[in-house]
Amino acid sequence: MPKLTIDDLKRIKEETTKATALRHDGEVRIKITVHMGTCGIAAGAREVMKSLMAEMAEADRQDIRVVTSGCMGMCSSEPNITVEVIDSEPIVYQHMDANRTRQVFRRHVLQGEVQTDFALAKL
Amino acid sequence: MRELSLHILDVVENGITAGAGRIEIRVEESLAADRLKLTVRDDGPGMPPEKASNPEDPFITSRTTRRVGLGLSLLAAAARRCEGDLTVAAEPGRGTEVAAVFRHSHIDRAPLGDVAATLAMLIIGNPHIDFAYSHTVDGDEFSLDTRELSEGGADLSDPGTVRLVEQGIREALATMNRNSGREETSHAQADH
Ligand SMILES: Nc1ncnc2c1ncn2[C@@H]1O[C@H](COP(=O)(O)OP(=O)(O)O)[C@@H](O)[C@H]1O
Ligand SMILES: [Mg+2]
Repeated sequence: MPKLTIDDLKRIKEETTKATALRHDGEVRIKITVHMGTCGIAAGAREVMKSLMAEMAEADRQDIRVVTSGCMGMCSSEPNITVEVIDSEPIVYQHMDANRTRQVFRRHVLQGEVQTDFALAKL
Repeated sequence: MRELSLHILDVVENGITAGAGRIEIRVEESLAADRLKLTVRDDGPGMPPEKASNPEDPFITSRTTRRVGLGLSLLAAAARRCEGDLTVAAEPGRGTEVAAVFRHSHIDRAPLGDVAATLAMLIIGNPHIDFAYSHTVDGDEFSLDTRELSEGGADLSDPGTVRLVEQGIREALATMNRNSGREETSHAQADH
């Protein structure tokens, strides 16, 4: 069984309808952080990340970045994500799952409406 | 944890938190020897010797946000429940290698789970870290190295590209499972 190569990626890309750029640059205006300690992982951080990646691919916005970081120490509210829009205060969202993540992405990240129901606090 | 791939994610996160630049993940399945081994190796500062020799002790942790560290003790317990064990080799300044062995057919062994999603999220979430993955099932092998993919022109900070990688992993692991005559483990089960 071989190695995954660039050619494999090109082949898969041709097989999938949605075209994606293989390279891009640009300013990051919105950063989404998924917190990934043991508790967050056990509570479903990977599913949160998965839904973010699907939303990102759909939105196709070069100015949004999704990153992961370590545990915030707020285990009881995991999975947590933080949304930072340039020039605004970061918002931490708690008890995230795939649906809540989609809502936060579509309403807060794309339209600027903070989803206060899910928000833990302003940092 | 429900899946071994979530343990992998957690152990890899330790290496990232410690400041590693490259992390190698190995899954070795020997159906013949009824053994499954997970190895995560990083080039970070090395686990403190006290923890490396007592990885299952939750009270040894460098975190400041909480008094106990759970990740390695959970993995050690999972391995021991399956007639296996957890070992750590660390060298100050050179890195850490964590290895967990399980009896493959043990009834309590969690499924490997969604390795493709796990790797995809590590890659997209940590654009400055190189990840290498290798997976063997008896004589069959699949591997990938993000550094090589980047050098070949893939922008792994682009979610669309990482989804292609994820799909490539999924396809390759499915083929490998099919070759070994089983439909096991590498597909996501519903999480509930
Ligand atoms: N790859 C590594 N490199 C350096 N130190 C590590 C590594 N993995 C674990 N450690 C040390 O072991 C401790 C315990 O790890 P773990 O059991 O995962 O719990 P936690 O990450 O919650 O502290 C960490 O706090 C850290 O000090
Ligand atoms: Mg940990």
